[in-house]
Formats: sequence, C-alpha cells, structure tokens
Amino acid sequence: MILRTSLVLAGAFALAACSADGDARPSSAASKPAAAGPEADAPYPSTYEPYPGEPTALVGATIYDGAGNRIDKGVVFFSGGKIVSVGGPDTPIPADIAVFDGTGKFVTPGIIDIHSHLGDYPTPSVDAHNDGNEMTNPTTPQVWAEHSVWPQDPGFARALANGGVTSLQILPGSANLMGGRSITLKNVPSRTVQGMKFPGAPYGLKMACGENPKRVYGGKGRMPSTRMGNFAVNRQTWIEAKAYDGKKRDLAKETLKGVLDGEILIHNHCYRADEMALVMDMGDEFGYKVSAFHHAVEGYKIGDLLREHDVCSAIWADWYGFKMEAYDGIPENAALLFKAGACVVIHSDSANGIQRLNQEAAKAQAAGRRIGIDIPDAEVIRWLTLNAAKAMGIDKMTGSLEPGKMADVVLWNGDPLSVYSRPEKVWVDGALLFDSSNPKRRPVSDFELGQPGEGDVK
Amino acid sequence: MKRLLTFGASALALLASTAAAQDFAITGATVATGDGSAPMENATVVVRGGKVVAVGRDLAVTMDMPVIDGRGKWVTPGIVASMTDLGLWDVGAVSGSNDKSAGSSPFSAALDVAPAIVPESQHIAVSRAGGVTRASVTSYPSSTIFGGQGALIDLGADPDAVTRPRAFQFVVLGERGGQIAGGSRTAAFVQFRNALTEARDLASREGRRDDALLNRPDAAALIPVVNGTQKLYVHVERAAHIRSVLALRQEFPKLDLVLVGVSEGWLVADDIAAAGVPVIADALDDLPESFEQLGSTQSNVGRMVQAGVTVALGGFAGMEQPRNATQYAGNLVALQKVPRATGLSWGQAFASITSVPAKIAGMEGVGVLRPGAVGDVVIWDGDPLEVSSAPMRVFIDGVEQPLDNHQTRLRDRYRDLDESDLPKAYDW
Repeated sequence: MILRTSLVLAGAFALAACSADGDARPSSAASKPAAAGPEADAPYPSTYEPYPGEPTALVGATIYDGAGNRIDKGVVFFSGGKIVSVGGPDTPIPADIAVFDGTGKFVTPGIIDIHSHLGDYPTPSVDAHNDGNEMTNPTTPQVWAEHSVWPQDPGFARALANGGVTSLQILPGSANLMGGRSITLKNVPSRTVQGMKFPGAPYGLKMACGENPKRVYGGKGRMPSTRMGNFAVNRQTWIEAKAYDGKKRDLAKETLKGVLDGEILIHNHCYRADEMALVMDMGDEFGYKVSAFHHAVEGYKIGDLLREHDVCSAIWADWYGFKMEAYDGIPENAALLFKAGACVVIHSDSANGIQRLNQEAAKAQAAGRRIGIDIPDAEVIRWLTLNAAKAMGIDKMTGSLEPGKMADVVLWNGDPLSVYSRPEKVWVDGALLFDSSNPKRRPVSDFELGQPGEGDVK
Repeated sequence: MKRLLTFGASALALLASTAAAQDFAITGATVATGDGSAPMENATVVVRGGKVVAVGRDLAVTMDMPVIDGRGKWVTPGIVASMTDLGLWDVGAVSGSNDKSAGSSPFSAALDVAPAIVPESQHIAVSRAGGVTRASVTSYPSSTIFGGQGALIDLGADPDAVTRPRAFQFVVLGERGGQIAGGSRTAAFVQFRNALTEARDLASREGRRDDALLNRPDAAALIPVVNGTQKLYVHVERAAHIRSVLALRQEFPKLDLVLVGVSEGWLVADDIAAAGVPVIADALDDLPESFEQLGSTQSNVGRMVQAGVTVALGGFAGMEQPRNATQYAGNLVALQKVPRATGLSWGQAFASITSVPAKIAGMEGVGVLRPGAVGDVVIWDGDPLEVSSAPMRVFIDGVEQPLDNHQTRLRDRYRDLDESDLPKAYDW
C-alpha cells in the first residue's frame, strides 16, 4: 500500500505529463505534403479486425444509448459487428439469434476512456516500462505513443472486465509542452499495437500547460522554467510549424501541420482556468482548436468560455490537491460545466480509475444534484461514451447505440451509475470478449501466465 | 444577498462547533451500527453527553432533547480511515507543505507525526464533510525502513485532533523496504532484526552496545515495539514475505503486528488467520503494480475475511481520498454479484471502514453505534456505500461539525458566472 501511495504521488507528476499528444502523419513520399489522417497508406497501419460474433439481441433491459436517451425494457440488436436496431419492447428481432434477457439489467455503449496510459505506463510499474514521457525536449511532437504501447499490459483486461471499456486513447505524458501523438485503441488484446489500433481514428497531439513542463525543463536549467516560458516555446514552435511546406520530411512538423490542417486533434493537459483561457487564445492565434482540456480541474470557473469555444473538459470526479494547480478541484466541476452548456467527459488517467469511470460519473452527477443541478442518468452516461468519442473524433463510428455504428456494447448487471453494478458481458464490434459467467472469456496477458492468480477474477 | 445570508449561517455553524456536545435523538432512520450487522430500518439513535446512549427500534425518546427526523435517511457511526496522511500536507507537490516523509532526517523510528498534524488542514475538512470522523495518520519510511510513529486523530473542527500520539510504529519490509535498506529485502530483514535487537539492548540492564548502528532516539522509539506495548504496522505485499513477517514473532514474541497492504494475502489467508494478525488492505488493488503484487485481486479482502482474518480497508492517502472509503467498501459488496469473485456483505463491508479499523487501531468505542460508544454520528442522504450518497450532518463526540471547506466555498462562488456587478473576488 505504501508502495502504491508513493507511486501515486509520483504519478501526480507523471499525470501532468499527459496533456499533449501530437500527430505527425508522415507523407509516403518526401515530395508530398505530410498526411495526418487515418488513410490506409499511413505507416504502422491498423491491422485490427473485429472478431467473429453471432447476431445478438439484448431484450428487456434499461438502455442508455450514449446520446442522452433512455429506453426502458428496450431492445438492442446487433449483427455483423454493427448495431442494427435499438428501440422499445416492440422492436422486431429476427428468429434464430442469440437473445439475452436483460430484465433488471442495463445496457450502455462500450465505455470510452479519453485519457489512459495503459501500455505506455503499464503494470508492473517498473522503470523498464516507463515509456510515456520523452523528457529530453520540451516539444516532442515527433514521438508517437503507439511506439511505446506494450500490448501485454494486464491493465487492458481489467479495464474491459471491470470497467466495460471498449475504446481508449493512449496519451504521452505531460512532462512536455508537446508530448507527442496519441493513439486510439480498441480494447481488444493483440500481439501487436497495430492489432489494437482503432481503424480510422484520427491522431491526437498531447499538449501540456502549467507546472509540469516548466518544472521538468526549469529543473534541467533550460527553457521553459516559467509559465510565460511555456507559452513562448509553444508560440515559436507554432510559428515554425506554420512555415513548414511539407516538402522535406520532418516528423515533428508533420504532426504540427496535421494539427493546423485540422486532421490531428489537440488534447491539452491543463488545470487552471486562466491558463485554459490563454491556451484557447493561442489556438486562435495560430489557427487550431483544442478538442479537449484534460484534467481541467478549474473548468467550472470558465464554463462559458469552454462552451463558446466548443472545447470538452475531460475530468476526474473529485481529484484535487496533489499539486498547486489542482488545489481548486471541486466535485461539482462536471455538473457546473454541464449547467454552463459545456461538454463534459469523465476520464481516468489511471489504471485503477479506468475500471470505475461509471462510478466517477455517478459521483459527479450526485454532487451536482446536491446543489440543485439535476442531470438525467442518460446524459451522465454520455460523459463516458459519446462525448469522449466526439472529443476523440470517433463519434461517427462508436460512442452510442445507433444503427450502423460499431457494436461496442456493455450489459451491466445493474444500474451502471450504482457502486453495486459491474459489467456482465462486453462486446467489441459485436464479438463477446468478456463474459463474467464464463471463466475463459476474459483476457489474460502473456505476463500473467503461470503467475499467481492467472485467470483469476481480478 | 441571499448568498451572503447563507454564508453567515455557515460562519455561525463554525462558531457553534466549539460548543459542548449536544444531546439529540434521530428517529425513523435506516441505521447501520457498524458492527457487521445488516442495516435496520425505522430505528432510533440517542446521543447524550457526547456518547451514544441508545440504538434500536421501538425506543422511547424523552422530550428533553431535540429530535431529528431521520425518515428517508441513513444514520451510521463516522467512517474510520486507516493509514491516512491527513493533516500532514497541504499540497502534495509543494514540499514545504508536505510532512509525509523525512528522507533527509537522521531520525526514522523516532519520528512522531503528532506535533506536525494540522487540524485545520483542508483535507481533514474535506474528509469530515465526507463522513470521516476518525483516522490513523502515518508518515512514510524514507531514510530507513522505519516510518516513525503514527497517531490516531479525530476530525473535529477543533484544535485537538490527536487522540493518541505514538499509537503505532510503521515499517516497510517489502520491495520498498529492500530498496531503502540497501537494495535487497535481505537487507531489510537484517536492518529490522538489528534495530529491534538494539532497542532490546538499550532497554536492558547492560544497555546500549558500543557498535550500535541506530542513534539513541531511534532505538529508544523501538523499545515499546519490542515490548509489545506499541503496535507495529508492517507493510508487506507478497505471499512469501507475509509468511516471513509472521515468522518474526518467533524471534520477537511480543510484537503486536498489523499487516498493511497484503495484496497476496488471499494466498496465505489461513496462515494470517492462524497467527491472529489483523490486516489493513487496499480494497481494490487488482493489478500487478510490482512483482510483489502479482496475485492481487479485488477478491483479496473477501477471501481473507472468509478465512477468518480481521481486515480493515486502508491506504487512504494521496489520491486515494478518505472520503472515498465508502466507495471502496461498496465495490466489495458489488463483488457478491460477480461470479467466482468473493466480496463482503453490506454489513461486513461497512464494518471494514468503521468498527474493524477502530478495533485494529485500538480506538475504544469508535466505529460503532451502541450504548457507551463515542458520539460520532453521520446522517446520510442515502445508502452510505453508494456513490451518489453524501453526509448531511456529521457529529463528533456529540458535537455537530461544520461541513464547509475550501471546496464548498469555491462551489458557492462559481454556482453562476455572473460578474455583471462586481468581479467574483467580491463574492464571498
């Protein structure tokens, strides 16, 4: 326990490292502009393919569709890896398919964690596994998180079985102003990271403001050592990126060009309200938009600005105090942001917290209710599904239970906003990949084989 | 103006908290006594002179005391959070405000957290608002394997936080201990044996030896550990090392051991139970954070309890906030519905954050609602283990506590973003 405590404290610093992920899409030829999008000819292409699943209907459950709607005693039918239909008790389903009675149970889209370090800070948390922060330069948009991800991290399986997580964004840490490109994964075990890459998901660029970059580089006796230094380095870097014509391969500038071209999404670690306001202006100055502020513990102070700029706040329910810029964290953050009309995403930044995003959302909801902000359950579920998908640029493919979308589905054994509920079954692209009633239908990583507790319930 | 009035009321509540204990009864509530039993509905709790005097159904309430309508609410003893850092820090990463460890100190076992604890700490205030009324507080080993002497506190809004200083000594013997002691767990065990032997020498007629490694204050601090008059909390995770720690009592038979961490306790649960050594475990560790936690599982606590081990939930430090002890306990209840998992009943789970940690810490009459117990009473707006529930009123030793803090003040200031008349800085 002590060990973990100290790790968590160390993590308080590492956490800061998770704010900037850059996407530099290298061009296939040096003479072509760098492409940032998810084209099939991109390097390290996704080899993920859905596993086989049988046509399945979940019947009689309470459905939260992820888009803010609730259906009582509803029907979710999926086939061929896609959602086919979602509706009330009268929704027709074909004969001769697998039908699960969901009476008394709940169905949601697969949970999405917009902020994870699984794979780049995997367990066991040993030095040899510390692959999340390239702490050798304050701007490293040229590094890609996918090149650090260890697919055998046992944390992926926990996130699936206990958290119902079907998609997640792996970010570089927040030591750097520009930490590198993020990668979005399907939470499906694979021998390779390419086998987990979410097909068609845009890259992100992790950026970080505040204490971490200035502490890390100030501590090395170099710029930035102050918040104004943070901005100066960022601005100069953007100025140089805007001058990049893409003719000569440059990994860092390819990522930044991708951002300026709107193909790579900015995920900006930032705690304080005043700094977030400055960062949004920096985006205006250089012509890019922040997709989400991560951590955003002071988001509630500027809900109006965040709404106007259409920036999501990816936040914890109640973390606070571990560092100066987290001192003003309050449990009502999510509710106050919601009330202001801003976009809320509940994130984990933790291999433990990712297993309980539903509970964190419920805490945030309840904190709002106690100050008179009533947020419907179905809206709260959106915080960990469609809103996360939107901020990650995958909302056309997943994040809600709508016909044609990926059949990423969780059947909960009770209300997902209750502490007493857990995933009972989890499907990813229509394939049943976790089944609490089947001891063998749970992933066990290579690392765990032959070790104490192999295949245990965990 | 309305807001100003509200704040005035809270200021009054703050003043009132220094007043004497109140006599009161709560009627018609769902009462969980913390002793492991299931909650009882429509029950009454009577507090008089700072103590619980009656708990049960069909109790007659005399007319000489205020009666609080508990219908639709839950009433419980206050939460008892084990192995916290409450009062020892303001901001984790601000070193001047952080007294959790003293790596540059020449002293270790002699360190005593009691005089460093700040009763006005925001973390104490935030935890109090979360229903936590008592805690053990420890510092963390850094210069040697000994972390120093932990204290027991109450979370009342008054200057007297420490209820028992030097309640326990804390030592790490797992991976962390090995790293501190010289790079190996073998060194940790040697350092441990030597330290206790030197303490015994110091206490003996012959006195301290010339080749003593420990400084005198550290050796003196370990005398009550060797004598068994001060509890020794031992951080250990791995099954093999748990057995090694239990075996230490063959050399030092009076050790009053408490195991802390114990991720792989389920693998040696029968040994722990046979040794009669209680455990303070992290509830939900299920990842191989280190090689000493390979077998960690959320079923660890349930399996140990099933084997007869006394288990409290703990480790509520840093981001593992004491106010979330209820959430952790609730998760263990959730495991009852998970095939092949071993969880706790509601009563057991609630006891693991109330009466059981109190018993392990040696807090008398704490963590339970029964006649004679301290008047630590929390009125909740729902099932306290449910994430959507929160305390409505908190009493410590019968004194109603203020529930406001830095967080609630920020919340109230930013309920709206209206600055049309004056900046937010004038809204207080």
